[in-house]
Amino acid sequence: MSEAQRSNPVRILGAGLLGGAEYVGGMAILLARALQRAALGLFTSREKFSGASLAQQVVRLGVKSLPIVALVQVFIGVILALQMTPPLELYGQEKQISSIIGVAGFRMLGPIITAVVLSGFAGASIAAEIGTMVVAEEIEAMEAMAINPVRFLVVPRLLATVVATVLLSVVADLMIAFGGYLTARLVLGPAVYTDYWRLMREMLVYKDFYTGLIMAAVFGVLVSLIACHEGLKVRGGAEGVGRATTMTVVNSIVAIIVAACIFTVIFYVYEL
Amino acid sequence: MSGSGDNPAPQAAAVVVGRYGDPQPVVRVVNLVKRFGDRTILDGVNLEVYPAETMVIMGGSGCGKSTLLRHMIGSVWPDEGRVELFGQDTSQLDPWQLDEVRRRFGILFQSGALFNSMTVGDNVALPLREHTDLDDDTIEIMVRMKLELVGLRYAAGLMPAEISGGMKKRAGLARAIALDPEILFYDEPSAGLDPVTSAEIDQLMMDLAGKLGVASVVVTHEMDSAFRIADRMAMLEQGRMLKVAPRGEFEKLRDSEPTGDETADLMRQFLRGDPDGPITNRRMKGGYEQDILAAAEGRSSHSR
Repeated sequence: MSEAQRSNPVRILGAGLLGGAEYVGGMAILLARALQRAALGLFTSREKFSGASLAQQVVRLGVKSLPIVALVQVFIGVILALQMTPPLELYGQEKQISSIIGVAGFRMLGPIITAVVLSGFAGASIAAEIGTMVVAEEIEAMEAMAINPVRFLVVPRLLATVVATVLLSVVADLMIAFGGYLTARLVLGPAVYTDYWRLMREMLVYKDFYTGLIMAAVFGVLVSLIACHEGLKVRGGAEGVGRATTMTVVNSIVAIIVAACIFTVIFYVYEL
Repeated sequence: MSGSGDNPAPQAAAVVVGRYGDPQPVVRVVNLVKRFGDRTILDGVNLEVYPAETMVIMGGSGCGKSTLLRHMIGSVWPDEGRVELFGQDTSQLDPWQLDEVRRRFGILFQSGALFNSMTVGDNVALPLREHTDLDDDTIEIMVRMKLELVGLRYAAGLMPAEISGGMKKRAGLARAIALDPEILFYDEPSAGLDPVTSAEIDQLMMDLAGKLGVASVVVTHEMDSAFRIADRMAMLEQGRMLKVAPRGEFEKLRDSEPTGDETADLMRQFLRGDPDGPITNRRMKGGYEQDILAAAEGRSSHSR
């Protein structure tokens, strides 16, 4: 292929689209296989399902990331309160800061920021772990021992990440609200903190909470699926593992934001 | 007992008849062709392995022997031809049927391929936990028995990073025999080991074959090891099977004088480890000098 052909913008665009379609298709196949194996393990005796393995992954991916998720979300609440109060004061509505923090946190920021943190904490770890196993022939050894790598590695990590993301999102929602209250209490004054919790409760509806949890679950699927997919297709030794961990974080963040956009349209534009 | 054309069946009746008196091959490779891109890695390979025999597959680096092994264990699929395990064409099996077949063999990978997140004991226990309904106490007893067989009684609680290369091979072997397989595959079992440890691993392989009555397929280019353990041997060269015969025939070939027959001389050079011969001549004719000169001329024209 000549240099002119290689730099043809139509070719570059086509190659990018094909590569993206191949990537998404590969993940879809992996998800289908994981769900099949999970269903067989949970509802039949054809596959073994290890509750202990699932619990171990929930602890590793969820419990151990709790402190960092909580800390980050407190700071998100602080930032929201500090940034949003001055514009609201122009209209004498600084009291409403708690409503804004509640809606933004419960609907979007809690699940999104949790998923982004987990993409680095859990996603990169999963990709590195599985990628290293590929390089060390452990995956091949597993297959040769009639142990399906999707069932043994992907399913527990997928389920654990979904459980962890949902539970951590609940914690995140509370921590964002707490961060805003802390800021109101220490910086913004009684005009803001006096009716903070009451106004937040009045503004929030049940839909704000469950849509956030649905998004959290989907984000968990995306993060773990991308991490497992990147790990399983590692080639080229240590460099390949490094590339897989980087791409896991990058692709997870992009996928999370795109999914959040789609959910916003579904839940709050079309109001489904 | 008849065998395929240039794949003669073993002579000794004790080698031919398997554990249950079954004279059929446990592994059969039929006209196997495998290509990666434009390169043909395996070119019409035929091979049969019978119950309770040790078949050594040897050849130089890049001859296709590891690729052949990977076809046998179902990691790679042929472009043409077929691989049969226990009389079943592996490419025609669904994933669950293939897993049933895989439970009947064990494999020792070149690096051991232990799972680094588990202890040695957990590595050996894994096949038992995954494929049996045995309780934990019984599994622990079986793990200790397998580790005792390979001389690693006290290593159950150690992590793979804490043991030597030779111990990793032994641990990998203990895991490979966890389900009492009918075939054991070995991928370069002596690679990276000192001569004494290599001889110990060879002895272990022979002891296991004797005690368990398994068929063994060993891929190696360590000739000392090959002549120690083999019942029959197969030589691959550039993806083609040159000869399959009992060990004695290869010993005769190794000890004989060159005859001018290029194939025989090539095998003799490999068996003896001689620096001069058809293999070396072929590499020198492979255009290496021309490639170097061409590369130098290319750099000269760019710098003008």
